[in-house]
Amino acid sequence: MPAVSKGDGMRGLAVFISDIRNCKSKEAEIKRINKELANIRSKFKGDKALDGYSKKKYVCKLLFIFLLGHDIDFGHMEAVNLLSSNKYTEKQIGYLFISVLVNSNSELIRLINNAIKNDLSSRNPTFMCLALHCIANVGSREMAEAFAGEIPRILVAGDTMDSVKQSAALCLLRLYKTSPDLVLMGEWTSRVVHLLNDQHMGVVTAAISLITCLSQKNPDEFKTCVSLAVSRLSRIVSSASTDLQDYTYYFVPAPWLSCKLLRLLQCYPPPEDGAVKGRLVECLETILNKAQEPPKSKKVQHSNAKNAILFEAISLIIHYDSEPNLLVRACNQLGQFLQHRETNLRYLALESMCTLASSEFSHEAVKTHIETVINALKTERDVSVRQRAADLLYAMCDRSNAKQIVAEMLSYLETADYSIREEMVLKVAILAEKYAVDYSWYVDTILNLIRIAGDYVSEEVWYRVIQIVINRDDVQGYAAKTVFEALQAPACHENMVKVGGYILGEFGNLIAGDPRSSPLVQFNLLHSKFHLCSVPTRALLLSAYIKFINLFPETKSTIQEVLRSDSQIRNSDVELQQRAVEYLKLSSIASTDVLATVLEEMPPFPERESSILAKLKKKKGPGAVSVNELEEGKREGGELNGGGERGGDSSRSGALSLLSLLSPSQHPPSSQCLMLHSRAPRMVALRRSHCSSVDLHGFTCLFE
Amino acid sequence: MQFMLLFSRQGKLRLQKWYVPLSDKEKKKITRELVQTVLARKPKMCSFLEWRDLKIVYKRYASLYFCCAIEDQDNELITLEIIHRYVELLDKYFGSVCELDIIFNFEKAYFILDEFLLGGEAQETSKKNVLKAIEQADLLQEVRRLCFLKAFRGQKHFAVQVS
Repeated sequence: MPAVSKGDGMRGLAVFISDIRNCKSKEAEIKRINKELANIRSKFKGDKALDGYSKKKYVCKLLFIFLLGHDIDFGHMEAVNLLSSNKYTEKQIGYLFISVLVNSNSELIRLINNAIKNDLSSRNPTFMCLALHCIANVGSREMAEAFAGEIPRILVAGDTMDSVKQSAALCLLRLYKTSPDLVLMGEWTSRVVHLLNDQHMGVVTAAISLITCLSQKNPDEFKTCVSLAVSRLSRIVSSASTDLQDYTYYFVPAPWLSCKLLRLLQCYPPPEDGAVKGRLVECLETILNKAQEPPKSKKVQHSNAKNAILFEAISLIIHYDSEPNLLVRACNQLGQFLQHRETNLRYLALESMCTLASSEFSHEAVKTHIETVINALKTERDVSVRQRAADLLYAMCDRSNAKQIVAEMLSYLETADYSIREEMVLKVAILAEKYAVDYSWYVDTILNLIRIAGDYVSEEVWYRVIQIVINRDDVQGYAAKTVFEALQAPACHENMVKVGGYILGEFGNLIAGDPRSSPLVQFNLLHSKFHLCSVPTRALLLSAYIKFINLFPETKSTIQEVLRSDSQIRNSDVELQQRAVEYLKLSSIASTDVLATVLEEMPPFPERESSILAKLKKKKGPGAVSVNELEEGKREGGELNGGGERGGDSSRSGALSLLSLLSPSQHPPSSQCLMLHSRAPRMVALRRSHCSSVDLHGFTCLFE
Repeated sequence: MQFMLLFSRQGKLRLQKWYVPLSDKEKKKITRELVQTVLARKPKMCSFLEWRDLKIVYKRYASLYFCCAIEDQDNELITLEIIHRYVELLDKYFGSVCELDIIFNFEKAYFILDEFLLGGEAQETSKKNVLKAIEQADLLQEVRRLCFLKAFRGQKHFAVQVS
């Protein structure tokens, strides 16, 4: 059909739109628009009062210009004037303008609200709907203040027409979402629930969205809706396709309503009443059964509608998490979809299975699909689907398949989209820690992460590996050896240097016996990366160097030479310079005992919540990490200290207590020295590596 | 639903319906980024993607992309069918609708949408009832028969799947 303007035409508008489309350049377009704006402005200011039709036409033109992306700063008054016209089309355009170009001028708002009030009380259903649509589209606080009391009344009044009820329900929903404090519960609430029984399906469809939202905030007030919803759903699911007439969509009875009913039920726990529950279970079973039946139509709309209901039903089953039979059936159905021809269904099946994986009833059933999921990860062409597969692997991971899953995720990471790498890294790190039986595997995994996706390995991840190595005696030697080998690679990532520098600084002695990793070799290896690194890494390396002096006295002169060089003690960065100067001094003045005390091995870290989990949660939003995971993260922290016998009340705020200890105003230097000796070594151990910006003034004074 | 956007293959916005309050600047930014993201996708890819903290459901009908942003707990497949139903409504109203119809009668596209979806939720899912409501409104119009014929060349009808 040719694109003729229907109805009353507005010829001038069509011409204007044509002109714009014919503009050959952006400049030409702007020129034409400005010309029109000038024209409209003069017409609005003109002496002659404009007739309704012209006003409507110009307001519509302004709207068009605005929707093209240009700013409009006039026309609101004229649009508001249109609202009081008796002609429907003029009203309509007026309302459209003000709902698209929302203006916060209080005078205008007052006039708009007035017009809406008139239309609401006009008893003309078409006008009432226009007004309700406007409120729903704008949903401002001022409108809520003006109408939040009136709309519930309209909604439940006996003489309200069906179409008006529908609009009223959704209008109220919008107001409730934006200004919940202004929509007060009242006697209308019980009557709203009964709209679920209305014979007009459209009214039920609209009302149920409102009820769902209200139930989430006031579950007790609306809990009678559960049994009503179940009966309604039951009737729909068991109806023949001809029963519901125009509410049947491609041979599927009332799909939108069915989905909404299933959504509403997810706001509540399983029904307590046996009869209601029985009916509901029957319903769900019918839906699952229908999925196995041959389709009534080849059209994709039919299968989409049918499957939409199926997926929503599965969401409900997962939400209840109490019917093992249904859960297993749901899992099997999803398993079938995993290999479906249609990409959409594979995507949704992967997404749905993620939630299933966390249920104890179906966790094992989900695991049986691991090969299919791994295959999806490797072969799916669509990156969104691959990502869902990765999410599912993460969700189904447990002790039995952790090694396999982590290996697959690591190999996926090598070619993964950059946008998802950081999240993948966090997930692999979490899995590796959670399911590590053998901590050398954990160390390998993290080092692999750094090697493959070093840029995306956040601080939390490499801090964690260091914490774990510090706390577990059994893995320290392995860590030192592995990190030493990793550093040999010609192009190794800076994060690797950080980890390597720290670990060798603490545990380099464990591999120093072998001539291939003798102290000087280790030092030269680290120092060869020095100039390639950023300031924080270099700072860390300097700390490693002073630790080397303590561990390997034979390296003292070599390292002092480096510390003494201009590029260190005259370095323009304050932190580096300070460290170089102080470490140099420390190494020359302190006796071996003092040095050993100050640079004592790091004590174990205390138990605490995994910061990696917290970071993942922050990245993905509240739903991503289950409460279980966070709780476990807290418990798992305890395993951190599994390996070592070291107890110790190592205080993490050691830096601060150290400062207060050393503040020169409090103690004269000599007594400080004594205090240093008499304290338990761990308390006083210099935790330089963890203090990035601690003021070490006090410390310097000690050694002047 | 948080918003619905209709745009052409060149990225020109033909309709924008926002169901959440956002500043004009934010709307422009979202539109720019999302249009780019969707246009970059290849034909055989699935109709869903995760974008920021939303789920995006989109489908192409001839030269027009219909794109909806829904929340995490919303149902993707039923949203696809919301899009399809909207296309059916446009098609019935305009008679084999094409992109030009929406350009020249943009206000009608908004009116039809409001009869079907309100506040981001489906309010009337009977095709007959929605069309009846719109026709009634049209009848209330002042009838000014300015019939003018402009020949528009070769615009493909996009609702080819409509039964």
